[in-house]
Amino acid sequence: MWLGDQVKRNRKQVFWIFLFGGICILACVFQFSGGSDKEKEKNRQRLWREVRKENDMAVKSHITMAGSAAMEKFANMAAEGFMASSPGMTVTVEFTGSAAGIESVLAGRCEIGNASRDLREVEKEAGAVAHVVALDGIVVIVDTANQVSSLTTEQLADIYAGRIRNWKEVGGADLPTVTIGRENGSGTRSTFESLLGVRDLCHYANELDSAGAVAARVASTPGAVGYVSLAVAEDMTTIRTIALNGIRATKENVRAGTYPLWMPFAMVTKGRMQEQTEAVQAFFAYLDSEEGYRLIRSAGLIVPD
Amino acid sequence: MGGRKTCFVETAAEAVFTVCAFFAVFAVGSILLYMAANGVPALYRTGIREFLFSSVWRPTAREPSFGILYVILTSVVGTALAVMIGVPIALLTAVFLAEMASERFAALVRPAVELLAGIPSIIYGLLGLMVLNPFLYRLERRVFRDSQTHQFTGGANLLAAVLVLAVMILPTVISVSESALRAVPQQLKASSMALGASRIQTIFKVTIPAARPGIVTAVVLGVSRAVGEAMAVSLVSGGSVNLPLPFGSVRFLTSAIVNEMGYADGLHRQALFGIGMLLFLFIMSVNLLLHAVLNREN
Repeated sequence: MWLGDQVKRNRKQVFWIFLFGGICILACVFQFSGGSDKEKEKNRQRLWREVRKENDMAVKSHITMAGSAAMEKFANMAAEGFMASSPGMTVTVEFTGSAAGIESVLAGRCEIGNASRDLREVEKEAGAVAHVVALDGIVVIVDTANQVSSLTTEQLADIYAGRIRNWKEVGGADLPTVTIGRENGSGTRSTFESLLGVRDLCHYANELDSAGAVAARVASTPGAVGYVSLAVAEDMTTIRTIALNGIRATKENVRAGTYPLWMPFAMVTKGRMQEQTEAVQAFFAYLDSEEGYRLIRSAGLIVPD
Repeated sequence: MGGRKTCFVETAAEAVFTVCAFFAVFAVGSILLYMAANGVPALYRTGIREFLFSSVWRPTAREPSFGILYVILTSVVGTALAVMIGVPIALLTAVFLAEMASERFAALVRPAVELLAGIPSIIYGLLGLMVLNPFLYRLERRVFRDSQTHQFTGGANLLAAVLVLAVMILPTVISVSESALRAVPQQLKASSMALGASRIQTIFKVTIPAARPGIVTAVVLGVSRAVGEAMAVSLVSGGSVNLPLPFGSVRFLTSAIVNEMGYADGLHRQALFGIGMLLFLFIMSVNLLLHAVLNREN
């Protein structure tokens, strides 16, 4: 009897050990199969290569885009519009940031890299060619009670750098300036700061993580100043926009190049347009058509000349 | 035959129960592993001392700097202040509910406290944004009327976050310490009364000391809640990385992750995971401290 119990208990123990061993191994596999992004990327590429081998037609009708998060809304709309107008074509979009997008297209991991900034010299030398498909303005906004209606770019830079601390210094009421901005990594923020020449010099009272949050904060704070993209500010009645150097932030002025704060929405390819696949050429032709222009305008953006 | 079948069912049931029981352990373990795998490289690449003790957070500058000293200090100071404000109020409420309130009045207060616990944190944040921030901005302008150097925050500052957190920890601390107070044996209180102590004396000299382990648990749970709160805090605290001064715009460990994770890549992203790992360790050590205290009490 006693011996039988002992054996049973041992069997039970073995059972448990196997069970937990199994769980642990599963856990490890689960953990490390996820692995680093690089590994994932490698796996994806291998899979993609196999798919390409199997079906060469599929390659011709598929486009992969990666890049700027600021272009998310526009890129999604463009992809959907293109797929709807050209049956059989598929476009997938990833939002990894402008720099990562350009890097991917140069490395051949995708056909188009989205960038909401100009290309750097290094990137051009590596073969990146930017096609600016749309423009977006950056609008300076204040609360509705603010009397100031126009600033020079120097004054704006001084306000954000903390050299001007009161609206009375720029012809407004005796009210402290409350500088509202976006978080680190935002494309709008980096474009705004570099255009004003205050990159990494800004003293922000508030750093918020979306354009909507910036607008809401500006609307509710007397003396606040913030910046958002033109597409966002257009329909808002709770805030007022400020003219820069006497020029109002409108789509016309951005297109004419007189309004100083704007960013390009560029789609970057490796090499010139003639070297691209048919699908990519068709995609750019779509964006350059009347239908494409309508789409760009409905995204609140500006069609470049 | 029948015997073997029963044995199998028994073993299988036991296995199912045990697997379920280990699910939580597995979850904690894998989260810790994941955070470490993603966060530790950042610590190595920036250097642990640079990461923890430098006060310059410029992850996207040309020469990036990843110092989160001010962020850590903000979380520590903010939580401590919130606990200092919230815990006394909560403890006295619990005493009231457990010892003094008539049944009918307690029946009014207790659902209110429970409802307070159920309010989503985004609501606290919105109220803070719409009500507390404008009020604090008026106060700020009065206090710093003649200051030449103060950066005005529009009322989004440490004070706002502390007040919001103090309210948010109330329900947790109240309900846990109320049950602790109720669990104090009636004989203790009766003996105290019999010895001639007044009701107030009994409460402060007998009931509360006797319920101390439970109250400590309540405070620690409150601390955990305050440290881990992200949504409300990121709405009302301003979000700039600064030394935690009452009227300064500040960033907590949680809001640092919430604010920047969306667009972060590379080392910046890893650094945010590093912050997450720190937060995790912070809460774990608070829990360990709790166990140490409770073990000593026992």
